[in-house]
Amino acid sequence: MSSDTSRLGLYLLLAPIFLWLTVLIILPHVGLFIVSISEKVGPRDYDTGFANYAAFFTEPLYWRTFARTTIMSVLATVLTLILGFPIAYYIAKLTKGRAKTTLFLMCMIPFWVSELVRTFGWMILLRETGVFSNLLQYLGLVTGPVEMLYNDAAIMVGLVYTSILFMVVPLVTTLDSLDDSLIEAGYDLGGTNTSIMREIVIPHAMPGIVSGCIVVFMLSLGNYLTPILLGGKDSLWFTGMIYTQFITRFNWELGSAFGFLLLALSSLVVFLGLKVSGQSLSNTMGRS
Amino acid sequence: MIPSIPQPVFTRFCYRVYVAVFFIYLALPLAVVCVFAFNDSVFPSLPWEGFTLAWFFGTDAPFIGVFNERSIMRSIGTSAFVAIWVSGLSVAVGTSNAFLFARHEFRGKALLYMLMLLPLIIPGVILGISILVFSSSVANTLEDATGLWFDGLRPGLMLVILGQFSFITTFATLVISARLQKFDPSLEEAALNLGASKWGAIRQITIPFLLPAILASAVVAMLMSFENFNTTLMLVGSESPLTITMFDKLKQGSTPVLNAVSLLLMAASAILGLLSLLFQNKKS
Repeated sequence: MSSDTSRLGLYLLLAPIFLWLTVLIILPHVGLFIVSISEKVGPRDYDTGFANYAAFFTEPLYWRTFARTTIMSVLATVLTLILGFPIAYYIAKLTKGRAKTTLFLMCMIPFWVSELVRTFGWMILLRETGVFSNLLQYLGLVTGPVEMLYNDAAIMVGLVYTSILFMVVPLVTTLDSLDDSLIEAGYDLGGTNTSIMREIVIPHAMPGIVSGCIVVFMLSLGNYLTPILLGGKDSLWFTGMIYTQFITRFNWELGSAFGFLLLALSSLVVFLGLKVSGQSLSNTMGRS
Repeated sequence: MIPSIPQPVFTRFCYRVYVAVFFIYLALPLAVVCVFAFNDSVFPSLPWEGFTLAWFFGTDAPFIGVFNERSIMRSIGTSAFVAIWVSGLSVAVGTSNAFLFARHEFRGKALLYMLMLLPLIIPGVILGISILVFSSSVANTLEDATGLWFDGLRPGLMLVILGQFSFITTFATLVISARLQKFDPSLEEAALNLGASKWGAIRQITIPFLLPAILASAVVAMLMSFENFNTTLMLVGSESPLTITMFDKLKQGSTPVLNAVSLLLMAASAILGLLSLLFQNKKS
């Protein structure tokens, strides 16, 4: 193997990845930033400035929607962690062999089904003429139809449903690697259920918790379908706002600024999450 | 709480109930979608009017089944076209990336690897608008300079393919890299010793070894492309893939046709999912 052919091979392999990353990832994001800092002063006439970002901070609707999206995403992440942790623990520690594989695969099912179908399912369940409403009437708990769709709780149910898999899978992986004898030792030394959970299990599962939380937060923040379909017309979600600016209003400059703000927030959360847990992007994401 | 440490019966019972409720929560929305595909009513809701297959095969309005609903059939075709392109492109680039990261040392390798992972942490909507903005400005510049039209760079299938390719490639790279790292280089060296050319050794030894991973990632890429919504929404032109068509119909008010499509989609995903598991099992 002469070094010349090896060099040639290297360049041949570098070409596609460079083309992909430059043309589809780096240049578009640079372009997005440039558009976000240009202001329209006349037809096909643009100035450079931060007016779009200023508009975001001065118009309460914009930054309130941004804050609302962030808070709801944080809430969805916390809920997903609280609901998902016992499931992951059950799969990792209390089942073995075939049952374990089956339960693990069952958690994956929502991933194989389009998000649109999942959301549609929740619409059928929750709407005024839906399954839950009819069930409650049949049981005599309510007298008339109840509308459970088009509120924040419905959005939350949908968000948790969509992202729980991304919490359970990393948690199962980290909990699997916790040796049972460590927990037994904890009990031998007089630990209670709570103290063992707090001092042995949770610290061990921390890498899984962090990577799960990062992914769930990102997915919720960038979600479009669930808030639009389950939250109805009045539900404001930042991705919906970006869509409106781009497609309905055709105000690409403001839309780009919104897009950049969303990207900045999601990158910041990823960065902080990795810093706090002392992990690198390659370790967290590369494994999935 | 582990099997070797006894717990009160009541606690164990509650835990079991919670796990059961959780799996019901997971299955319920998918189950109702499937069940209402067979309801003999124009709304996908109760009351149950009886069993029918009209939402699959029906021809008379309002009971027009999936297979006779032209807009849906056309968008399934569009989705399949997009999925095949995305899958082919991302597997090709993914394989090349896997070789690059496994076989070569060069300056900036760690940085390039991190850049390669970036598409995973960019929200799909942002990926969509950034490609939309960039391609439009390229198209504007080219049109101003040459006076020709560049429709391929305007929202449409080509941008949808590029948009999906831009993040699915990362998944393909990760899956194929994982397999390539398990490859024993001495096998390739043996082939070289026996007089094979560098290319011949790769083609006859390494590629067959990688084949399960390549097939599995092709299937997963196809699935991800079929189901993608966020990126596609921003880049779609006049020809819409299935998820976009379904979304438009859903906004107008749903009929059980959507349940029928969803059921077919689930069946297809299940088959593809099993296929990819089969390929991955062959690995070990």
